[in-house]
Amino acid sequence: MSKSFARAGRIVAALDRVSFIARRALVTGLIGSDGSGKTTVMRLAAGLYLPNAGRIEVLGIDAAADPQRVQSIIGYMPQRFGLYEDLSVQENLDLHADLHGVAHPDRPGRYADLMHMTGLAPFTRRLAGKLSGGMKQKLGLACALIAAPPFLLLDEPTVGVDPVSRRELWVIVHRLVEERGATVLLSTSYLDEAERCDEVVLMQGGGVLGQDRPQAYTRRLEGRSFRVSASGISKRALQERIGRAPGVLDATIQGSHVRIVTERAAPPSPAQVAGGEFPLEIAPVAPRFEDSFISLLKEQGKSASAGGDRAIPLARADGADGDVIVVRNLSRRFGDFQAVSDISFTVRRGEIFGLLGANGAGKSTTFRMLCGLLPASGGSLSLAGLDLRVAPARARGRIGYMAQKFSLYGDLSARENLRFFSAAYGLAGARRQDRIAWALDEFALRPFADAPSRDLPLGFKQRLALAAALMHEPEILFLDEPTSGVDPLGRRDFWRRINALAEGGITVMVTTHFMDEAEYCDRLAIMSRGRILAESGSEEMRARFRSAALPNPTMEDAFVALIAAAEAPSAGAA
Amino acid sequence: MNARRWMRLRGLLRKESLQILRDPSSIAIAFVMPVVLLLLIGYGLSLDAKNVPLALVIENPNAESASFAAGFFQSPYFIPVRFGAVQDAEAAMRAREVDGIIWLRSNFTRQMLGAGAAPIGVIVNGVDANNARIVEGYLQQVWAGWLASYAAAHGIAFAEPLNVEFRVWFNPAVESADFLAPGLIALIMTLTGALLTAMVVAREWERGTMEALLVTPAAISEIIVSKLLPYFGLGMGGMALSVAVTTGLFHVPLRGSIWLLMAASAVFMLSALGMGLVISTFSKNQFAAGQIAITVAYMPAFMLSGFVFDIASMPAPIRVITYVVGARYFVAILQSLFLAGNVWPVVLPNMAALALMAAIFIAVARRLARKSLE
Amino acid sequence: MLRRIAALIVKELLAVLKDGKSRFVLIAPPLIQLIVFGYAATFDLNHVPFAAYNEDPSAASRELVARFAGSPAFTEVASIHSDGEIAPLIDRRKVLMVLHIDRRFTRDLMRGSPGRVQFILDGRNSNTALIAMGYANAILNTYGDWWSARRGLKPARAVLDIRARFNENLDSQWFIVPGIVALLAEIVTLLMTALSVAREREAGTFDQLLVTPMRPVEILIGKSAPGLLVGVIEATAIVVAGVVWFHVPMRGGLFALYAGLLLFVLSVIGAGLMISSLAATQQQALLGAFMFIAPSTILSGFATPIANMPRLIQYVTYLNPLRYILIVARGVFLEGATAGSLIPQYWPMALIGIVTLAVAGAMFRRRLY
Repeated sequence: MSKSFARAGRIVAALDRVSFIARRALVTGLIGSDGSGKTTVMRLAAGLYLPNAGRIEVLGIDAAADPQRVQSIIGYMPQRFGLYEDLSVQENLDLHADLHGVAHPDRPGRYADLMHMTGLAPFTRRLAGKLSGGMKQKLGLACALIAAPPFLLLDEPTVGVDPVSRRELWVIVHRLVEERGATVLLSTSYLDEAERCDEVVLMQGGGVLGQDRPQAYTRRLEGRSFRVSASGISKRALQERIGRAPGVLDATIQGSHVRIVTERAAPPSPAQVAGGEFPLEIAPVAPRFEDSFISLLKEQGKSASAGGDRAIPLARADGADGDVIVVRNLSRRFGDFQAVSDISFTVRRGEIFGLLGANGAGKSTTFRMLCGLLPASGGSLSLAGLDLRVAPARARGRIGYMAQKFSLYGDLSARENLRFFSAAYGLAGARRQDRIAWALDEFALRPFADAPSRDLPLGFKQRLALAAALMHEPEILFLDEPTSGVDPLGRRDFWRRINALAEGGITVMVTTHFMDEAEYCDRLAIMSRGRILAESGSEEMRARFRSAALPNPTMEDAFVALIAAAEAPSAGAA
Repeated sequence: MNARRWMRLRGLLRKESLQILRDPSSIAIAFVMPVVLLLLIGYGLSLDAKNVPLALVIENPNAESASFAAGFFQSPYFIPVRFGAVQDAEAAMRAREVDGIIWLRSNFTRQMLGAGAAPIGVIVNGVDANNARIVEGYLQQVWAGWLASYAAAHGIAFAEPLNVEFRVWFNPAVESADFLAPGLIALIMTLTGALLTAMVVAREWERGTMEALLVTPAAISEIIVSKLLPYFGLGMGGMALSVAVTTGLFHVPLRGSIWLLMAASAVFMLSALGMGLVISTFSKNQFAAGQIAITVAYMPAFMLSGFVFDIASMPAPIRVITYVVGARYFVAILQSLFLAGNVWPVVLPNMAALALMAAIFIAVARRLARKSLE
Repeated sequence: MLRRIAALIVKELLAVLKDGKSRFVLIAPPLIQLIVFGYAATFDLNHVPFAAYNEDPSAASRELVARFAGSPAFTEVASIHSDGEIAPLIDRRKVLMVLHIDRRFTRDLMRGSPGRVQFILDGRNSNTALIAMGYANAILNTYGDWWSARRGLKPARAVLDIRARFNENLDSQWFIVPGIVALLAEIVTLLMTALSVAREREAGTFDQLLVTPMRPVEILIGKSAPGLLVGVIEATAIVVAGVVWFHVPMRGGLFALYAGLLLFVLSVIGAGLMISSLAATQQQALLGAFMFIAPSTILSGFATPIANMPRLIQYVTYLNPLRYILIVARGVFLEGATAGSLIPQYWPMALIGIVTLAVAGAMFRRRLY
């Protein structure tokens, strides 16, 4: 099977002369950030778009010339799963069985098989709209699989889904390939998923960076990944320094270490990094797929959000290291559903605290209570020493909040948004002007200051949102899945800023589905079913799950094991 | 192949029906809205002036003026109030307490049967021009009636130049509910057909389910039919309900054949559905689809269909526009079927126009809807 | 606090003016409504088709037919000669009216007895029939006077000398256009306030707004002011169009009009905010606004008098702010009403406004979370 097409021209070229081949009975992953053209490829392959130039063949059929024939043999799952939320699980399945002409005698067996595979069997009568995100995703997959298609198109099936459900989805996908010899083309923006594909196509800015087996990409970086640890300097300061050292392509925080990727297969000299100020320990580590993607991007200089290479001063603020967020026995119920039950934790000044959990674990409810967007049913919480219930307006004046999706006014320009939020936080006169100027300079937003913020590239939207949340110099910053959809370089740039803020004494509270981002947190709380399962630093968290089988568990391994352990007994009872 | 096509169609139809049953807003638009609108308009929009408050100023009360005033007190159209001076009556009119003033001057009796100067001054509040004209007509009637009975009682013969007789066919009592209620059915079916359909298709685009539907073996014609049929049923159900309310509650006669009514409604429903589908191909979000449907379907059906306002009296450019308003043809059919009977010369050409519109809309919808996201 | 509210108002206005969809809602429907209502919504008759069935071919009868044919209200489209031709013409809606002049019309007239004239009208559109009867009567009256004068007879009896006040020529446009001022102010204001919160909820910006130190009452004021501003500005545009384009007189003072408009718009804002606090999506807000606008238009006296409605429904209209502003607008335009004389209309609107705003405030506070 071969496909190749180009789709140049138009006002915005979504894809520019893209060619690749997805081989039979393999999982081919389209890897790239938002706006790299993944969805366009998917829709072209499904015959939903016509290419402006070039051709695309699916199982030997020209998708542009005969989309109907392609559509009758493939399975397709669009980004939002394409489910009818007001129909039940069974009714959704029936509809797709009818549409794909599955004969009635075959259906009971097929349904049983799919329901068993996806674990949805107990929920066939439930309305699709009432399913959790992970279950919707599996139902969407089941609908796409109803006619046992030889070719399956999955458009970002794992976006916004927690690591446990993501893992389960991958199990299903691999079974399909192994047992039925199905061919799968799947798109994702999670780089760690690339390693689960048989082949990956790297996409960036509407073009293909390369196609190969993920191991091949990783192998190229053999000998270029190192773990650096040092004493006498904070991990964030260390990361900042190493990141700017010559020959270092990438530096990320992992637990208490810094993980680096170098340009050549040689470690950086400690002298260059530390200048003899502190002892440095450098050890080689195994390369990851993400390393190769980053290095490819950096080498090509094709980052969608370039311009993040400026040094960010890390000023260690003075001030008491008191508890800034204190949560005691916090609960929230909706009707007879206990969304959050009796959780307690504290966050100290200048700490980055991560809140992790599966979909529906109660972390967004907790988050909304902390920001004052939702009243608590029980318990107490104080922010910077203020009780949200007693002095809500004053407490809100101390916090900055950045929502999951871009939630500034899209019709307003960057400057107008900043003007509005500075005034909303009570800034006036010269101080307001100063802060707006600071935000535009600090976040390199000047070139876009007067364009509608809706049209900004995603990375800049995210910077603008952060700038707006920082206008009033808050003591606490709340970040709700701040980097979803942003490309890896944009995410790195973002986290450098967050690190700098934390070093400056701002307390940061964050939720995320990216396990590598959890590594940036000083402490983590993992939630499930409204309770906190574990609360510790990421290193300790991983250490808890070290075993003979998993000598070096990742954050995701730890997360999945923790959730599985907590949910297994009750799941068996239900 | 045909069996598969049938299976797909049945699956789509079942899905659509289940969605209608589970979505309270479609039920509301199809069944609750008609009843509410019928009741509102049936009771609220009445053009028959009744109980008009009237000021009576009698400068020189005597037997004649008293008997003349009695004519107003007996009339169902007026609620007369006596005022001592015409200035007081005018003040009352300014305060909107009365809508008209009857001023019997002191020489009323002398001049009543004489010639020349008018002994009776009548002032009506002309702000609502239509109401004022209707009130004028009623006043003339009361006056003529009283004069005739007075003359008969006193054995006086009038040299009345004209003997006029008005005969209003089909609606001798000139009830406005009789002509408003049938017209309303067109309005209600426009709501179900165009507004609901446009919004339902837009909802599929918005929720991403259309994308999933397109990448199935279902042909575009099957998807269109699966949208048309259930909403056709819904619209006809709403129509039946409206007819029941119209004849049962408002006692509007249905003089034509019910089957002809059904047939005409079916053709109109198809044109409304086709319009809804065309709107939905232009706008893929519900908000815009709703706005467009209200602006291009609902408003014209209300204002330009002859439902309330006489088309012949509109300025020529607006009259031209009414020819592309499907409701115009349907209202003509409805008013004839309800009040006059099976008037084929009215029904046939109008139905042909509706059928043409339905065919055009559905063909355009079919052409515009491609199995593509572009 | 004032500065925060001012910033919110500026932001709201910018958001509305920069968004194509919102701009469309603010500009297109008012324009279409002004044109359609201004020209199509008329009860004045023009060119009503009629057929003459004149069985008495004489100068006197031809004069009568000519008077009908010459009137702008009627157009003669057919001339018939037998009873059998009447029904087909009426049934097919070729004519609305048949003017039937009796065979002995002239003979009777010359003899001094009344000449017989019969009208057959199509009652399927009973309102038009009713109005046509009024027009016909007027023409007959002048014809009668003309005949009497020509024959040197005194008018047979006293005639009613009917004069219309305020709208001397009984022009429907004079009645409808001031109504549009009020109706459009309602639609625009309601849509703006009802949709503004829903739009922010959908875009996710509402949370962002709620985490700022703004108090609910500040957000409420910030959301109300743009509706007030745009509602009054659009009403002003219609007032100008009414006077300049439709030549409706403006006999009263602008103060009396704007005092009413302000109170009216405030009461509508209260209703809009109530819808807003309930609606999670723009779709629901739109449906809610429609559910408010449809009854309030019908039960306001906009097209037909409230006095014609059943008693029970007349009581319901007291709750409708549109009822009062229509009286104010028409009073100021046509009657030259003063603010003092309109106080009975002002206070109910003020009361409705206070109640709806208070309820909206309470609902808003409760739904804030």
